[in-house]
Amino acid sequence: MKRIRRDHKVRRFHQAKWDEPVIFELHRPGERGVIPPGTEAGIAEAVGEGSARIPSAMRRKEAPALPEIGQAKVLRHYLRLSQETLGSDLNVEIGQGTCTMKYIPRINEMLIRSPNLMELHPLQDAGSVQGILEIYYKLDQAMREISGMDAFTFQPSSGTQALLAMASIVRAYHDSRGEGDQRDEIITTIFSHPSQAATAAVKGYKIITLHPDEDGFPDLEKLKNAISERTAGFVVANPEDTGIYNHRIREFTDVVHEAGGICFYDQANANGLLGITRAKEAGFDMCFFNLHKTFAAPHMCGGPATGALGVTDSLKRFLPGPLVDWDGSRYVLVEQSGDSIGKVRSFHGVAQTVLRSYAWIMSLGPDGLKNVAQIAVLNNNYLYHKILQIRGASAPYIKGRRLEQVRYSWKQLTDETGVTTEDITRRMCDFGLHYWTSHHPYIVPQPFTLEPTESYSKEDLDEYIEALTHISNEAYTQPHIVKLAPHNSTVHRNVESSLDDPAKWCITWRAYLKKTQPE
Amino acid sequence: MSEHRTYAHPYIPNTAPEVREAMLKEIGLSSIDQLHDAIPDSLKLKRVMSLPPAMNEYELRRHIEALLAKNKHGADYINFLGAGCWQHFVPAVCDEINQRSEFVTAYAGEPYEDHGRFQSLFEYQSLMAELVDMDVVNVPTFDWAQAAATAIRMAGRITGRRIALISRSVDPDKAKIITNYCTPVMEIRYVEIDPLTGKIDLDDLQGKLEEGTAAFYFENPGYLGVIEDQGAEISELVHAVNAISIVGVDPISLGVLEPPSRYGADIVCGDLQPLGMHMNYGGGQAGFIATRDEETYVMEYPSRLFGIVPTEVEGEYGFGDVAYERTSFALREKGKESVGTQTALWGITAGVYLSLLGPAGMQEVGETIMQKSQYAANKLCAIPGVSLRFKDTVFFKEFVLDFNETELSVAEINKRLLEVGIFGGKDLSSAYPQWGQCALYCVTEIHLQTDLNRLASAVDSIVCKNQKTEE
Repeated sequence: MKRIRRDHKVRRFHQAKWDEPVIFELHRPGERGVIPPGTEAGIAEAVGEGSARIPSAMRRKEAPALPEIGQAKVLRHYLRLSQETLGSDLNVEIGQGTCTMKYIPRINEMLIRSPNLMELHPLQDAGSVQGILEIYYKLDQAMREISGMDAFTFQPSSGTQALLAMASIVRAYHDSRGEGDQRDEIITTIFSHPSQAATAAVKGYKIITLHPDEDGFPDLEKLKNAISERTAGFVVANPEDTGIYNHRIREFTDVVHEAGGICFYDQANANGLLGITRAKEAGFDMCFFNLHKTFAAPHMCGGPATGALGVTDSLKRFLPGPLVDWDGSRYVLVEQSGDSIGKVRSFHGVAQTVLRSYAWIMSLGPDGLKNVAQIAVLNNNYLYHKILQIRGASAPYIKGRRLEQVRYSWKQLTDETGVTTEDITRRMCDFGLHYWTSHHPYIVPQPFTLEPTESYSKEDLDEYIEALTHISNEAYTQPHIVKLAPHNSTVHRNVESSLDDPAKWCITWRAYLKKTQPE
Repeated sequence: MSEHRTYAHPYIPNTAPEVREAMLKEIGLSSIDQLHDAIPDSLKLKRVMSLPPAMNEYELRRHIEALLAKNKHGADYINFLGAGCWQHFVPAVCDEINQRSEFVTAYAGEPYEDHGRFQSLFEYQSLMAELVDMDVVNVPTFDWAQAAATAIRMAGRITGRRIALISRSVDPDKAKIITNYCTPVMEIRYVEIDPLTGKIDLDDLQGKLEEGTAAFYFENPGYLGVIEDQGAEISELVHAVNAISIVGVDPISLGVLEPPSRYGADIVCGDLQPLGMHMNYGGGQAGFIATRDEETYVMEYPSRLFGIVPTEVEGEYGFGDVAYERTSFALREKGKESVGTQTALWGITAGVYLSLLGPAGMQEVGETIMQKSQYAANKLCAIPGVSLRFKDTVFFKEFVLDFNETELSVAEINKRLLEVGIFGGKDLSSAYPQWGQCALYCVTEIHLQTDLNRLASAVDSIVCKNQKTEE
């Protein structure tokens, strides 16, 4: 037999295409998916019909118009939809820069499925949950070492919620000093996550957004000009979305502190820094880590997740409560004092994520964590070196090395071919790869942000580079292929005009049936 | 293979020395430390972090399993704790779907690579819409408290007013979350409940509604278990001052209870955890928000809203973001509140749950819960000194037991129940000191008659033993 030739450079991929109906179309009257637990005869005899006592105003008159579907059909439907979803497990997911899409260890997924976690009620007596409290406590200790902060809470259930908690702490701190009304501004930077500005605005702050200098660094002079007696706080990531590390960060935090402001550090993504440098030495009063980014918890289609929030001693009293502590003989939940911001999420946050990240740290140890930072930066600089060789791609700002990610630009490619970064997003789907443009606004024209993390091998990175190179060549030779993409996906391009039109948008199936007419 | 070679860490392939060296060389470096040259020496950590050494997979498994074994859980014990997180039946298909690798590890994919994620969440929105009888439902937010807080902020923007009234019977912890989220942009004021019935005090509500009132938020069934049957009157009073009626609801009650849209609610919110999520020590919570399909409301959601659209090919369903320009993703601080990672996987799971249960299942589960909770309450109230706090008010799955006449504290009773393998109800004595020793008990479809009998006889023996000792 002749050996099968496999010398194609890009993956010949096709996404699952099940042509699945919407679940309501699977409805067949009389079918059942599951029978919930029922009532024993003894109970029914004793109390009769349970709903008989419902006051008539409150008794449901019309059953909800849910579909009736047999169990196998429900399972098959959702399995098919899962196959039509490209999770990070299935692709070289370096295209979602800023989000640290790393390998999700399977042992951790197995461990969270223990009934010793799944079946715990959050209000159980502390004596009956010593195991999970120990995990919270030990993760807190590890986070303190990694950041230099003095206390952590795992209550915030995303980076956005951690930022909201931080903005709340800033307000509580200034209120406690009688300066809450006077200090009504928070300063951030344009290359930081949109949630920094958005959550500060939720807490009633005016937002001052600093733009970078010509090398892409946050501009210290602009910060000095923005600082005043109205400054409540300064929130920033470092590196920002550009991957450029601000080596003068300590001067920034000093300037803010001199003016009486709080410095809080968005370390959602700290992947290039573990064991290398910490929030404390850079002068921050607070920081948070996204456990679903740097600490290897999965993203779950967008949560549930954890934004682990750490503070220095002087801000500990403002943290949401309760906090986990060790009283010398057992782990306890300690309520916070009246200075606390109260709570930001019910109970104790997302325990599964806390367990996963504790397990991940334990599987790496101090040397392994430092290896993570080193290889994440190595992978990124390798990728950076190669991407700059692709026709039409560039990386604005300083030419030196970057840390864990880079914000690139296709400006030249767009100018020369008309192919945009959005077109490339769709075309990358055809190779089984995820690619994301960037956060808005597009300060870098035609942007894309790549973050290879430590998880991917050199061959994985080469595959991604090869796909982008292939698309660049297409843009210069057959641009229609890119512009009309995707070709190998579950579906073709959306006709999106209705999504922004109140008369036409359909956010539910029932709205779709009301707002569309059969031909 | 040489015995002495250095292998890569299983999670970090490029720690293999020859690969690492080749990559360094490719980018013109000679040492791995040069990668972090941008960081000033003064900021570098010049020691090895003080953390435990790395474990291999088996060591890790034994270590974590030993820690978790210290927990006592609701599958081995009989659990009567609810108060915002409830033990319900979880169909196996729910776990099968939400443990799928594709869903567990997906995140921010486009409608083309993640068609299934978009469709599943659109279907979730659509199924919840039927349950609450409204036309718009969001991609889920963090939890019920966040959903209520956002509903209140939406009402503030829609009305241009800054005072929100909330019922005194809202869980005090939930009220903390709402208050923190709304301060300082809005002001939260309480409306009292009737101490005898647990229902909203309509006179107090009427007295507090004014021109500056943006909304009134109440729950049904409420935190204290009570079914509020004055919903229509409440909404009428609220609408009379052009304020917005917001109702929080436990969705598992909606097979038997009227959805709030039918008694005047403009915004409905609640928690999805009862619909297929394990308790997970509180990690199963997820909040939903629902409204009518009116631009005024839709444009105030901070959340993602997935919509169905045609594609370029006839016969294909496409999905995408509705009115994306509302969001903080598009507009930073000028967007509506903020959006980001929330609880999407629980939304998908709740969709699976509703597909499995269907209309009959939802009706049956509601009916079963009410029978069992009434049975438990009757049994418990037959014990001398134990009574219902709200004697004449119908409840759904939770009810407040008054232990004052037993002369035992709830803490003492719960301690003794734990000794016999029972998690007693939530102690309300610190949150509601005016009621003395009361506890919030939760009974659901998962409890067997024998479980309920065991609870009653355990409480009976604790209470009666105490009374005998006193004699």
